[in-house]
Amino acid sequence: MASEQVKVIGAWASPFVMRPRVALNLKSIPYEFLEETFGSKSELLLKSNPVQKKIPVLLHGDKPVCESSIIVEYIDETWSTSGPSLLPSTPYDRAIARFWASYLDEKWFRSLRSILKAEGEEEKKAAIAQVEEENSFIEKAFIDCSKGKAFFNGEHIGYLDIAFGSFLGWLRATELLSGHKLVDEAKTPSLSKWAEQFCNDPAVKPVMPDTAKLAEFAKKIFAKPPA
Amino acid sequence: MANEVILLDFWPSMFGMRTRIALREKGVDFEYREENLRDKSPLLLQMNPVHKKIPVLIHNGKPVCESSIQVQYIDESWSHKNPILPSDPYQRAQARFWVDFIDKKMYEAQRKVWASKGEEQETGKKEFIELLKILESELGDKPYFGGDDFGYVDIGLIGFYTWFPGYEKYGNFSIEAECPKLIAWAKRCMQRESVAKSLPDSEKVTQFIADLRKAFGVE
Repeated sequence: MASEQVKVIGAWASPFVMRPRVALNLKSIPYEFLEETFGSKSELLLKSNPVQKKIPVLLHGDKPVCESSIIVEYIDETWSTSGPSLLPSTPYDRAIARFWASYLDEKWFRSLRSILKAEGEEEKKAAIAQVEEENSFIEKAFIDCSKGKAFFNGEHIGYLDIAFGSFLGWLRATELLSGHKLVDEAKTPSLSKWAEQFCNDPAVKPVMPDTAKLAEFAKKIFAKPPA
Repeated sequence: MANEVILLDFWPSMFGMRTRIALREKGVDFEYREENLRDKSPLLLQMNPVHKKIPVLIHNGKPVCESSIQVQYIDESWSHKNPILPSDPYQRAQARFWVDFIDKKMYEAQRKVWASKGEEQETGKKEFIELLKILESELGDKPYFGGDDFGYVDIGLIGFYTWFPGYEKYGNFSIEAECPKLIAWAKRCMQRESVAKSLPDSEKVTQFIADLRKAFGVE
């Protein structure tokens, strides 16, 4: 079962798609990347994820697995003997990792996008303040989870590193477009150091989108229609 | 080491019900503490500073937040009986997908059914029924969502059943007419002791909805 062919349906700009790709790279599992065209959904995608119709989808043989964080857990459990564990070893630490991953998806990323969607300086300032407040929670979470090591997961990149790390491209693109640093040595020293180590990892480098390219893409999708 | 388990909860919460069921499935003794959501306890605010929401599971002084995360935690911490998640990774991924689907879609959709009126309510009703049909289709002819055994997805959904009569009353429709297999599934779950003990009377929930509607000025 573990030896069947693996495919990932996704798109270069999606932070969610990055997650299974990093996980597969960490486990040294080769896979075929099937890139979706922006603005349309392939038949394979609609067939593989009829309920949500979203990317990423992992196809293991002919079996689809959907939802990025769920896919990462699936990868960890299926290829459990390949490379270090992506999930922490105790139930409590796993609960904490899942909690923060959920927080990032439900609150943090929405707050980040609010900066890009903001109309006018006041709205932008408020959106930035919101993200900075949330970053301070995550900075504390990092200190608690990492227990002095390099990553949320300890010595090795894990589930929560992947969850947050996959947002770094969009974070940097937002900083570029808004002209305001959100994660840096002054505001979030631990996260700043972590981000650098995460981005330099060989499992991450090939799939981290280029900041400038993402910023251009973000400008396009958040462009306000002419009045 | 003694196991001290406290659950901060609110009786009509379909999310709190999940954690209650999971604890009872595992035979875990716990202290249930009712929260007044308009006057949250210092303990709640201390244990869930990020969301300030119930349910909060406190195990030997350490908090676990978010009901689906709590259920997985309970399954992993008390793994000696009544497994909640399947052991196969692919089945586990499916189970997680469906609880995630319920988490993302059900709450908002059900809210529109009783908390709004007119066209907004009609749209909400249509959406809600569509969601139930998707779930019913996933259930198929199996006794439970995971197959022969009661598990994670059943626990994820069953709490909403106590709210069904309320939805039917204020939405003016019959869920059984729309999704008979789902109702049969719910009744099957209700026969389980952990579920029967963890769910409030539907009548009480319907009255609670009536009070909320008054408070929100929906009437």
